[in-house]
Amino acid sequence: MDPNEFFTTSRVLIVAGKGGVGKTTVTAVLARAAASVGLSVRVIAIDEESPLGGLLGLPKPLGPKVVTVTPQITAQLVTPMQALDDYLRDHGMRGVTSQLSRLGILDVVASAAPGIDDILVLAKIKQLEKQRVADLMIVDAPAAGHAIPFLRAPRALREIISVGPVNTQAVEAGELLADGKRCQVMLVALAEETPVNEAIETAFALEEDIGVTLAPVVVNALYPTIEGLIAPPRARSAVATAARFRLARLAAQEEHRGRLAAELPLPQIVLPFVFDASLTAESVDRLAADFIEGVRAL
Amino acid sequence: MTLADVIDGRGVIVCAGPGGVGKTTTAAAMALAAAKRGRRAVVITIDPARRLADALGLTTGLTNQPQHVVGVGPGELWAMMLDPKQTFDDVVSRYANDADQLDRILNNAFYKNVSSALSGTQEYMAAEKLYELHHDDRFDLVIIDTPPTRHALDVIDAPRRLTRFLDHRLYRALVMPARLGFRVVNIAAQAVMRTLSKVVGGAVIADVIAFFQAFDGMEAGFGERATLVLALLTSPDTAYVIITAPRQDRLDEAAWLSAQLAERQIKPAALVVNRAHPDFGVTAADAQAEAAGGDPAWTNLAQLAEVAESEERLITPLAATMSPAPVVRVPLLIRDVHDLAGLGDVAAHLVGQ
Repeated sequence: MDPNEFFTTSRVLIVAGKGGVGKTTVTAVLARAAASVGLSVRVIAIDEESPLGGLLGLPKPLGPKVVTVTPQITAQLVTPMQALDDYLRDHGMRGVTSQLSRLGILDVVASAAPGIDDILVLAKIKQLEKQRVADLMIVDAPAAGHAIPFLRAPRALREIISVGPVNTQAVEAGELLADGKRCQVMLVALAEETPVNEAIETAFALEEDIGVTLAPVVVNALYPTIEGLIAPPRARSAVATAARFRLARLAAQEEHRGRLAAELPLPQIVLPFVFDASLTAESVDRLAADFIEGVRAL
Repeated sequence: MTLADVIDGRGVIVCAGPGGVGKTTTAAAMALAAAKRGRRAVVITIDPARRLADALGLTTGLTNQPQHVVGVGPGELWAMMLDPKQTFDDVVSRYANDADQLDRILNNAFYKNVSSALSGTQEYMAAEKLYELHHDDRFDLVIIDTPPTRHALDVIDAPRRLTRFLDHRLYRALVMPARLGFRVVNIAAQAVMRTLSKVVGGAVIADVIAFFQAFDGMEAGFGERATLVLALLTSPDTAYVIITAPRQDRLDEAAWLSAQLAERQIKPAALVVNRAHPDFGVTAADAQAEAAGGDPAWTNLAQLAEVAESEERLITPLAATMSPAPVVRVPLLIRDVHDLAGLGDVAAHLVGQ
């Protein structure tokens, strides 16, 4: 598939995956890859501790202010508080947020209507999408188990709150998520037992419950094969032990990748394991080239 | 100091760390090691996925009650999965003044959200359960597997936060007039409620008010309990073990966690680095020199040695900040742990056998 066409399939790409699968790395890789084919990209982090800034080669973590990473890539942090602040300011209520927060009212509201913080973030994303701030917006979804509740928030909240501005925001955010031309979700998995199980569960929950369109799944950190490598069964030398280790890993990851393909009918894009544990902006660039290659092979 | 000393000597072990690094398996392996060393250990997981039951090789799921895992000795191994809603219901039952108050709270729609969806509730209930099991004569070691990174701190912070939530000014503004029988309602509070009603709807606000009214009189009991729970979490009998993996982002999160604990006057008792690439006893430089001859076996060894060395370089500075807490490396497993034998292998790495 042509990479330009691939990256313009939808205007928003939400990258989701369980902890430890490299979701944030993949977000940075996607940004570089899309920029490399000439598109403008807005990267959105939702987690205040997100390491995205460093992976994009910035000296500081991302904040609410939009920063220019390269002429084509801009990035920002979107938090519920700041999204609420923006919303209230746009509606003539500047400065109300800090007061609500100080009184603990936000806590009460957030518990009275769980998911309201997620709606604030999704509503902000929807607003940026409407403004067409870039050809492609890439969102690093919340970490760990929160991706499903995050994306399910519009539907859940519509049931609790049937009128008013929150309802409107929930309805519009739901429309964004359900429209495959505007928004898709890209799942990231490792070719290991638990991550594959979780990717399959997440995929079905997202498709069936929320009606999102799933982009190809990214199988991250795959050990590359080495041509001609054999494992002598009993030899105890370092090379022999290392060969057995590598081949056992390769066999296990093939098995899990196969299982993912069998149970989840989505194309896979593979990213190789980076043998240097300190992932840098340079390794992100190399992975972006690998990603483009994977897209062309689709 | 070794991790074995921690397992032998402390009454509570809190496992904390980023997601996806094998916290649940490590917590279970520590509990198994403790049982094998003669302790009566119970491991609690917060993760609703079946991972703990799976790692222990149990075919039936775990519940909110500790379940005895047979075939481990000379000590005992128990496991349970936290049900935050059930635990919260139990706490409310303990402090309710009468059946009517209990009923009004348990059936309130807002309470149902607070007990299942309020951020920090799950963590507070974990701390509550920890306290309960610590005072249960059946056990002498409680090991808890916490949710990823930031939420691990909620286990420490939530008792205070929840009592503040149940005792804050909005609550007073709402409840006081009703309690004193005044018709004069705090005007500022009324204005806030009107605005909120417009935003989230009147029914939601009515539930909130009914909840706080029903809760009236229970704050003191909750507050006292929270103080006791917090005292246990910060007592010298409680050990914090940070679990991570040797990748930059995972180690950064572990460092952040360690700094956050330090702010709460807590020093981690050990650092466990899971998923470490094995050391095959040859340096990457030597292997690369050999690989120049074109032998794929040496190319492989050179790559694996390079990753192991880069991992060590990343672990060193974090290990230094944690000293004298021990650093334990558990090698990357080819397959997940699904039985006590596999868990025993991990346990052996942890206690250094």
